[in-house]
Amino acid sequence: MSIIEVNNLTKFYGKSRGIVDVSFKEEEGEIFGFIGPNGAGKSTTIRLLLSLIHPTSGSARVFGKDVTTHGPEIRRDIGYLPSEIFYYEGMKVIDLLKYSASFYNHDCTQRIKELSEVMELEMNRRISDLSYGNKKKVGIVQGLLHSPKLLFLDEPTAGLDPLMQRKFFDLIRTENARGVTVFFSSHILGEVQRLCTRVGIIREGKIVEISDIRSLQKNNYKKVIVTADKLSLATLKMPGVTNTQLENGTLHFFFKGDINSLLKKITDLKVTDVTIEEPTLEEIFMHYYE
Amino acid sequence: MSKNIFLHEFRTRLKSVLTWSLGISALILFFFSIFPSFAEQAELTTQLLSKFPPALLEAFGMNRMNLSTILGFLSLVMVFIQLCLAIQASNYGFGLVSIEENELTADFLLSKPVSRARVLTSKLLAAVSSLLVTDLVILLVTFISIILFNGGRTYELRTLNLLLLSMPILQLCFLSVGLVISLLVKRVRSVTPYSLGLAFGAYVLNAFAGVFGDVKLEYITPFKHLDPVYIVGYAAFNSPLVLLNLAISLIALGASYWLYIRRDIPAVS
Repeated sequence: MSIIEVNNLTKFYGKSRGIVDVSFKEEEGEIFGFIGPNGAGKSTTIRLLLSLIHPTSGSARVFGKDVTTHGPEIRRDIGYLPSEIFYYEGMKVIDLLKYSASFYNHDCTQRIKELSEVMELEMNRRISDLSYGNKKKVGIVQGLLHSPKLLFLDEPTAGLDPLMQRKFFDLIRTENARGVTVFFSSHILGEVQRLCTRVGIIREGKIVEISDIRSLQKNNYKKVIVTADKLSLATLKMPGVTNTQLENGTLHFFFKGDINSLLKKITDLKVTDVTIEEPTLEEIFMHYYE
Repeated sequence: MSKNIFLHEFRTRLKSVLTWSLGISALILFFFSIFPSFAEQAELTTQLLSKFPPALLEAFGMNRMNLSTILGFLSLVMVFIQLCLAIQASNYGFGLVSIEENELTADFLLSKPVSRARVLTSKLLAAVSSLLVTDLVILLVTFISIILFNGGRTYELRTLNLLLLSMPILQLCFLSVGLVISLLVKRVRSVTPYSLGLAFGAYVLNAFAGVFGDVKLEYITPFKHLDPVYIVGYAAFNSPLVLLNLAISLIALGASYWLYIRRDIPAVS
């Protein structure tokens, strides 16, 4: 049985598009990456699965139960970290966490203590006094304190400093190792690659690709920028090089293939600077449209 | 009903309840402090009032009240109390789910394992309790005022009870109508304009009923249904209108559940 099973799910807000005909499955224990630019429909999908909004057509099942009819039951085992955190401003952190815990049937005190220690949370501060990053930390503890079986993370790393990001990823990996299934939405390909086993790519409300993270990487373009003496458009001409542009003695291009053969060619040059980086999501999407 | 949501909601409104209760109490005490001199010079008062424009007297129902008796005087005070309670109840009605949606805490609450119906029931009961606390304070202050300023005059307890009972019925109506309107419009950005509009609108509809000529618009306003001057004058409720009022509340509540369960919770935009 799949943990999440989405069939032809469609959501329109009046006339404006949310998602169109989205279908995918997530199996138990997976970390599924859901990537797409802002406004592609990532949050819409998550909100549909949480029954915060209702589908226009199609259906979705979580833990094998329909989300529109079994919402409360399903949500017992779901943890949700929204992309932007809004809590009751007047409350103290500890009171908010206790309020959150009061919705679940088991005692969460120990778990709150553990998690807030890991995330270095100050329990007695007011929500309204917290910075964006600190609110995010409250969100993380809040999403995990009831030991959910399925985690929805909606662009979870925004606002966290790199150190916290690492702690957060470790936390997610530990949870995953205990059998927790994770649905990870993001527009940053790098973090999805670090964490996820399988990804779905969504663009303008439609799924354009679902694949293994490995095959995605293998098929992926690298963005290469080389600054060197006597460059011309033809200098690095070889199979796999596309979109070459020359600007002020700097060569920009995409490369797909065995990176060693490219490196060999570059070492022949008198190089002042080389950058090889992940293409942005937009650039990957360009690839899907070619 | 979920106890934790109820308690959370009740606590959130505690400050507001305190403010309204104290405000209305001050109003009652102030009015009753001038009652003795008012009643003693009832004759003079009547003369004085006769010089007022009839339309104004009609608007406040003052031409039909006997300000020299405790209940007659209280019916004047009750007009103002009802207006205050209507604003308060509309405030709670309009804000019941919209504040949570505006401040985007609705995501937090509704991603918890509770059904929408349960959430709404808990919220409604918390709001009703808050309103009843206000009523209780008003009840106490009214009795204290009467004891302090009665000047030996007597009154009929049964009619007084009816006057006090008019309060929760009126509140329930404004609470549920406010709620259903907040669910019908796309987004309530600020509660106050809506609640003042509803309360004063309903008040004006009753006060200036004559203006509309033959169209009996006043029959849709709770202020007409629970008119204190009528209650004191007849020592009874205007039963058909009170039933109409309760029907409006029930329909508004039913519609609210229907709408809220099907509602798409707005996200950050």
